[in-house]
Amino acid sequence: MPLVKWLRRNLVVLAGLATLAYLILPNVVVMVFSFNKPNGRFNYSWTRFSTDAWKDPCGVADMCGSLSLSLQIALWATIGSTALGTMIAFALVRYRFRARGAINSLIFLPMAMPEVVMAASLLTLFLNMGARLGFWTILIAHIMFCLSFVVTAVKARVMSMDPRLEEAARDLYAGPVQTFLRVTLPIASPGIAAGALLAFALSFDDFIITNFNAGSTVTFPMFVWGSAQRGTPVQINVIGTAMFVIAVVVVTAGQFIANRRKNSAKA
Amino acid sequence: MTAPAEAPPAPSDDLPVRKASARKRLVPYWLLLPGILWLIVFFALPMVYQASTSVQTGSLEKGFQVTWHFQTYWDAFKEYYPQFIRSLLYAGTATLLCLLLGYPLAYLIAFKAGRWRNIVLVLVIAPFFTSFLIRTLAWKTILADGGPVVHALSTLHVLDVTSWLGWTDGNRVLATPMAVVCGLTYNFLPFMILPLYTSLERIDSRLHEAAGDLYATPATTFRKVTFPLSMPGVVSGTLLTFIPASGDYVNAELLGSTDQKMVGNVIQSQFLRVLDYPTAAALSFILMAIVLIMVTVYIRRSGTEDLV
Repeated sequence: MPLVKWLRRNLVVLAGLATLAYLILPNVVVMVFSFNKPNGRFNYSWTRFSTDAWKDPCGVADMCGSLSLSLQIALWATIGSTALGTMIAFALVRYRFRARGAINSLIFLPMAMPEVVMAASLLTLFLNMGARLGFWTILIAHIMFCLSFVVTAVKARVMSMDPRLEEAARDLYAGPVQTFLRVTLPIASPGIAAGALLAFALSFDDFIITNFNAGSTVTFPMFVWGSAQRGTPVQINVIGTAMFVIAVVVVTAGQFIANRRKNSAKA
Repeated sequence: MTAPAEAPPAPSDDLPVRKASARKRLVPYWLLLPGILWLIVFFALPMVYQASTSVQTGSLEKGFQVTWHFQTYWDAFKEYYPQFIRSLLYAGTATLLCLLLGYPLAYLIAFKAGRWRNIVLVLVIAPFFTSFLIRTLAWKTILADGGPVVHALSTLHVLDVTSWLGWTDGNRVLATPMAVVCGLTYNFLPFMILPLYTSLERIDSRLHEAAGDLYATPATTFRKVTFPLSMPGVVSGTLLTFIPASGDYVNAELLGSTDQKMVGNVIQSQFLRVLDYPTAAALSFILMAIVLIMVTVYIRRSGTEDLV
């Protein structure tokens, strides 16, 4: 019974790998079906191999427009929520002041609420204000819901920072601005980068809040949603595959650089 | 950043520090102001507007007036309680499945992956970047009628059992509760794995050695040492999966049929298609109340107050 024994010993590893397979399976399907030549409007069943979609990824009306709109919104939402969130995180960790508890719960609540509730309440606000739904309402909503996640990510980093490093800088006659730029910011930057990356991913991929507050504006997730009813072009899978590959490359490169920096710091 | 301009000349000197403190006391408020204002105007204020909408009556043509019509809440709940129950049931099942599936993988990354750790982590995070709608649509292909997955499950007679239980329908998986729960589980799995991994990684490996030295079997070590120490991860992981799953309408729409509508689907269609704003607002408040009560009770029960 060596096989049974081996299976028992490696049960955790095998179960973990099975979960990993479950996580990756749809991405593999997306990749494979980006080379499909579909028969009809939907790309749900395999017909035959073709590289047409890869040669002409923007060949579908409005798709690349929605993609570039999503990228723009994600970029501005990242900048906005990272700036506001970093300031809040520093205030919460570094200072004692009144209303700290209330502010902590105000930050926590957006994460403890189903997205559809926030989406619907924002829509009632915009309807009551008579605001025109579109780019600006989407951006406002995205900055709002990314903010809490940025605060959480940056807070974790700032909490683990040694305040004595900044005291040392001040003892060496560095001004407050100099201390912040040369000492505080570099140490906090991994947390800020993590928060920014999270905000970008959340904003770029958001559907529920955008669905409520976009009006007739179409972001990329909205385009995919619409195409699920009208017909899914193969090009959607091309974009999905490209996004996956870019993400793997960027995250791997980021870890590679972080590792090298860590190693050179040790040496 | 606003900060006092003058630095104290010497650390031992008390006077300049105290002089600066009046301005210094305002620093946190200036740091907080823009972000908190944003949250008040675009998070808290909308809740007030939604509360007022939920007690309005009227129609889109004639306009809506606040008439303190609390009846809407009762009517909405009476009409849509099956969707509420279904949402909680699906979200709860998906959360449990996420925990069962996610724990071994988090454990694998934390303790067994060695030099593969970063690669596995990348593979857990990277799917985030492929739009989740595209990935959910891919499940339509995977679970397609007569596809390999359905074929295998029916050959193994799994579908007979699940159909008997009411999870699937004959030889179909698509458009059944199982498809929706499968989609929900898949979509929120990374939100379970990452907090689990973070809390497992913090565990001092010497505790495992100590347990082994005291003749604990691996199973006992897990039950008495590893799992209790990973509780913060379990709590935040279950919250991060249950809360968004309970309000989701994408999986039910794309993978389910009209019989699997969740409360999110109802809120979405009342707001965006039927344009019955009071009912939609009341429904979303009921959902919020249910989730907040459940979360509060759960956090109290599990004894971890500091989550984030």
